[in-house]
Amino acid sequence: MRIERIKPRQINETPEIQVDLSLMDGLIAKYKTKKGNLIPLLQGTQDIYGFLPRAAFYRIHEETGLELNEMYGVATFYAQFRLAPAGKHIVKMCHGTACHVQSVTAITDEILDMLQIKDGETTSDRLFTVETVACLGCCSLAPVMMIGEETYGKLTPKEAVKIIKEIRRSEIN
Amino acid sequence: MGQTKVIVGLGSCGIAAGANKTYKEFQRIIESDKLDIELKKTSCIGMCYKEPLVEIIDDTGTYMYGEVDIPRVDEIIDKHIRKFTPIPEYIVQSDKIVSADAQFFEGQVKISLRNCGHIDPESIGEYEARDGYKAIRKIAGQNISPDQVIQSVLDSGIRGRGGGGFLTGMKWRFARNHQSEQKYVICNADEGDPGAFMDRSILEGDPHGVLEGMIICGYAIGANAGYIYCRAEYPLAIKRLNLAIVQAREKGYLGKNLFGISGFDFDVQIKEGAGAFVCGEETALIASIEGARGMPRRRPPFPAEAGLWKHPTNINNVETFINIPWIIYHGPEKYASYGTEKSKGTKVFALTGKIRHGGLVEVPMGISIKDIIYNLGGGITDNKRFKAVQLGGPSGGCIPEHLSHTLVDYDSVNATGAIMGSGGMVVMDETTCVVDIARFFLDFTQKESCGKCTFCRIGTKRMLETLTRITGGEGKEGDIELLEEIAETIKDSSLCGLGQTAPNPVLTTIKYFRDEYEAHIRDKKCPALSCKKLLTYTVAEEKCTGCMACIKGCPVDAITGQRKQVHHIDQELCIQCGVCLTRCKFEAIAIS
Repeated sequence: MRIERIKPRQINETPEIQVDLSLMDGLIAKYKTKKGNLIPLLQGTQDIYGFLPRAAFYRIHEETGLELNEMYGVATFYAQFRLAPAGKHIVKMCHGTACHVQSVTAITDEILDMLQIKDGETTSDRLFTVETVACLGCCSLAPVMMIGEETYGKLTPKEAVKIIKEIRRSEIN
Repeated sequence: MGQTKVIVGLGSCGIAAGANKTYKEFQRIIESDKLDIELKKTSCIGMCYKEPLVEIIDDTGTYMYGEVDIPRVDEIIDKHIRKFTPIPEYIVQSDKIVSADAQFFEGQVKISLRNCGHIDPESIGEYEARDGYKAIRKIAGQNISPDQVIQSVLDSGIRGRGGGGFLTGMKWRFARNHQSEQKYVICNADEGDPGAFMDRSILEGDPHGVLEGMIICGYAIGANAGYIYCRAEYPLAIKRLNLAIVQAREKGYLGKNLFGISGFDFDVQIKEGAGAFVCGEETALIASIEGARGMPRRRPPFPAEAGLWKHPTNINNVETFINIPWIIYHGPEKYASYGTEKSKGTKVFALTGKIRHGGLVEVPMGISIKDIIYNLGGGITDNKRFKAVQLGGPSGGCIPEHLSHTLVDYDSVNATGAIMGSGGMVVMDETTCVVDIARFFLDFTQKESCGKCTFCRIGTKRMLETLTRITGGEGKEGDIELLEEIAETIKDSSLCGLGQTAPNPVLTTIKYFRDEYEAHIRDKKCPALSCKKLLTYTVAEEKCTGCMACIKGCPVDAITGQRKQVHHIDQELCIQCGVCLTRCKFEAIAIS
């Protein structure tokens, strides 16, 4: 069920990150009085900070009167929203049907094993967040992963691990 | 001599295959060498397995090149452009050269995909040059009444392409008959089915076609506002739709008193979905546009009576809307001349999985599954045996090889226990385990269940646990019957399509592959050699070089052996994790 998206452990472990709430001024002005503004407000907030900071919920509540519980309900319902900051590189592993048939699970396992994290988690150096996603729509290139804007197709476990290692190496240097 | 055109396919999957680099390389050479060539962009033509695709049109004919990476760009420019000698090995389709890949297009009838891969989707002029906005002009010019438009849609026989299969004209009539100051048209572009990407391709390739379909719908039902609810995972589609909306407004195709019809106002805006499969269900989609959790509600009242913000609302899928201008412009009789008695027109299928020619194909309803897979799709990869095809994604079912003569129309497909759905066709061969596929789909629906209905929320979880046990080698007698019982209960007790159809993959695989379930449960064997926990790993002595890679990888130290000597796996210690299989470079790990 979708409630499984709530990961209290990871939220509580993340220290409260100070954000500049004034960055939200334009967003709030634009959507303050619009019907159905809750989702666009959260999407806009995430565009600004990369995730939904706790303080942003309070600010939206104060300015628009939207209830905190409604916002939290929506934020945990949709896959798009994050309650904790993600790593610098978001690795999206496509687990659509075509990729599944082409054994993407073995590739994801290798990557998670190498990075020592679980699905949806971020490495301790904050370089990588690995997420399994439903379908990236590049089924004919299966198995597929996407890192940032770049899509890598027809992968093998070895190649996938190599790609991640190369990114890590270029980050460290 | 006319100017040579070079057209690069820049759909999402083309870009993933490197089409942007291909485009830039052409651009670089054309600019640096000052070649007299018009370089253009288009979208996906459907031949995904040969991406990136580049079409060259010159005085002698049209030539479509496949798998055009940077070295091939240089070669094509050198041979084809400078020396006027096309390169047959790379050509996938041409009006001059016969290509083995041409069979991919034979038998296709392109109505939904009529413009995909043929126009620059970012140019309203190119859409208009191919009869774009002529259907709505025909309505305005000939004073065709909204009721007559609805009658034409009814006469065409088109049924909802999103999966429901409800008569589109009927849906429009319901929405028209409800009186209200405010009505809405919604285009459902929340294509969430893993394995289906026709809506993305249409939105990226022909955004104006979708807009025109919505405008016609607005006129027919008396709505003045439209929403396109599109997945945020489709950034390119959203970008091109936004551009199309701006262009249409500038031209006066969206706004007030459109096309000279006094009092006909219509405008469209995009709502980005935030990632929830259940939002493909129309009442959940409406809840999401209203800014809430996307949970379905009881029907009636149907959206045609009380939809978005409680106003009458008509929701159709992308593929449905794209057909509407064609139907109005060419006449419903022509559309109805394709297809079968109860399923008219054409349908787009996304061919993926273990198939040689994966991609998007559009065929008349009533063609057989076998024809699609073997004629258009070129058969199974690596000449393996065709086992089954999963039709309709997580809501659909598995159609086995012995039923591959089944015709693709709504009723014949339903009779097998699968559904047409959005048209995702995932081909499986003998190495695909159907029990694992059923588990895969349940894993998906279980995660995507919104949680409102108890049987869907808990039932899918229980089914997933049972299937995980079976594929993990811990199945027990009675599991199949348990799965069947939960499945029927979920179907009966769920409010929306997600729950009502979630058990289909399990029920159809039990129906057609009961013996495989039994092999997993009784013999603890996976006939497809796919379920890791049911395999035995041994070292093939003749292939083992003694490199120790598997020994280092084994997490439980079950493998022993000296360097340059044949290794050995201790079956008592082995936990069947499969790591040795992926580590071995010499294919020396045998599975049985």
